Amino acid sequence: MSTADTQARPAVAHVGREPYATERVRELITPEGIDLQLRLAEVSERATAFLIDGAIIIGVLAGMTLLAFLTMFSVGRSSIELTAIIWMLVSFFLRNFYFMAFELTPKGATPGKRAMGLRVATRNGEPLGFDAIFARNAMRELELFLPLSFLFIYGREAGGWGALAGLVWCAIFVFFPLFNRDRLRVGDFVAGTWVIRSPKRALELDLAAGERASSVVITQAEADVYGVRELSVLEDVLRRKDPATVQAVAVRIRGKIKRAKAQGETDQAFLEAYYLALRARLEARMLFGHKRRDKHDKA
Amino acid sequence: MKELTLKSHRFRKERESEWRKLEDILTRAEASSAKALTDDEIIALPVLYRSALSSLSVARAISLDQSLIAYLESLCTRAYFFVYGTRTTFLKRIIAFFARDWPAAARELWLETAIAVALTILGAVVAYVLTMRDSTWFYSFVSPLLADGRGPAASAEELRGTLFSEEASGLSIFATFLFTHNAQVALLAFALGFVFCLPAAYLVLYNGMMLGAFIAVFASKGLGFEFGGWVLIHGTTELYAIALSGAAGFRIGWTLAFPGNLSRVEAMSAAGRKAAIVMTGVVIMLGVAGALEGVGRQLINDTGFRYAIAALAMLLWLVYLYVPREDSGG
Repeated sequence: MSTADTQARPAVAHVGREPYATERVRELITPEGIDLQLRLAEVSERATAFLIDGAIIIGVLAGMTLLAFLTMFSVGRSSIELTAIIWMLVSFFLRNFYFMAFELTPKGATPGKRAMGLRVATRNGEPLGFDAIFARNAMRELELFLPLSFLFIYGREAGGWGALAGLVWCAIFVFFPLFNRDRLRVGDFVAGTWVIRSPKRALELDLAAGERASSVVITQAEADVYGVRELSVLEDVLRRKDPATVQAVAVRIRGKIKRAKAQGETDQAFLEAYYLALRARLEARMLFGHKRRDKHDKA
Repeated sequence: MKELTLKSHRFRKERESEWRKLEDILTRAEASSAKALTDDEIIALPVLYRSALSSLSVARAISLDQSLIAYLESLCTRAYFFVYGTRTTFLKRIIAFFARDWPAAARELWLETAIAVALTILGAVVAYVLTMRDSTWFYSFVSPLLADGRGPAASAEELRGTLFSEEASGLSIFATFLFTHNAQVALLAFALGFVFCLPAAYLVLYNGMMLGAFIAVFASKGLGFEFGGWVLIHGTTELYAIALSGAAGFRIGWTLAFPGNLSRVEAMSAAGRKAAIVMTGVVIMLGVAGALEGVGRQLINDTGFRYAIAALAMLLWLVYLYVPREDSGG
């Protein structure tokens, strides 16, 4: 019992991160010895990215087909050979090399993945080579095109039980990412890669920058009520500046520290001052080696 | 308790300009490539990267500003993938692939390749023997669509007509179709290997069976020699490429079942990458085979010449892939 309790509460909490997200955080120690704490992409994000890429591929193919017909009608039958060759090659290369070509770029991501802020990386931190990219994308034959052709072509010929067996067989590969903790699809498994979040983040304003303007004074006892987790929630509230939430949180904190609303004090100003005091207090304690996780952490 | 300025705030103010500089360089580098950067920036990049990493480490220790830590993590991750990413140019990669990687990978898969070749021959022999004894077996091995009238029921004259063509139009369409179709089948054979080798083995075996059944039909009409020339002019390249794709599939399927000394996950990624190199080569070989079949075979109607090209192609592939070279230390 007691060991289970200590395991459930790690000594170093992940600062300022939503609790649900920590199970998707993976260690990547750089050669300089810093853990980059990569975050894996959610299956839903990857599915969206794939749908975007799929739409692009189908869009280009449809455009190509239209263009091919237009050329045939305007130039005449003499162009049919060249048009057919170009069409076949383009569809072949789109199907097989669209993903590979984009993942070979420094961003390591297709347009769909870029839109979702994702990228492909090797699981051991090595450079992402052509071999790994080829392996992970060639497996799409098994994961995507085989199930598709089964659904549309072979399924009808196979009959009831055969079709069912085929569907189960395909489902194993399609839903493979849901059954392992690193969310690997078969291609990732074979190539030693995974898909991580790599969003571009802007550096936001430091909420501690506006401190000198504040007239609200928070005492140390008042600041000692909360811990790091509450501070990060407060930071989110202040950055979002939603009036209803600001008011609700201000009322909540005033109630907790038993403090009446002063004359002419706005909720926003109070929260900013409280954030600053709490952060100053917690950071000072952190320098002395204690990081207070949350309000229940009494040590 | 009120400090004039938070330590974490002062820290951020001091380092912020460096981060922004790194971010700017990265944004431009990611958009195009390292070529978009000046020499000074390329020299500055690793320094800025290490400084950002140290900032991240300090920020985690002293700052509770979660947006700052998230920013630094994202910046350092982007910089890490750029600094430690692949540094070679596309051209150098292609040269390395042909000069070293492809033959080395093919050599490493020699056992799987031998098994795949043996399966192809086995399939061909079995189908040949069965079809020679009872010609209706032909229909079990070859679909009517593929047979295209070339069944046991066809006369010798009809069969001869399929082997030697007079017209030469639409050749490049035919070649392109053959290439894309065969490459797709090869990729499928590779991917199917994942399921413990069995579907890949079936595909390779079946490929041999179709060949054997055709040989039997033509041989029974006394056209065996001519058919050999017709099929082998591209067949040495194509059949060998299909065998290699089967071998690549065997490698991943076998590793999945028996990972050896490494953990299954590690063994799989090593096997997958090795097999992927072979598969890249297979796609190239099939391109060559498509050209030989679609164009070469239609233009060359002399059986002896066809055999010569077949033998030459096979010899070239074997020499290229298997003769050891000096710089292949790994």
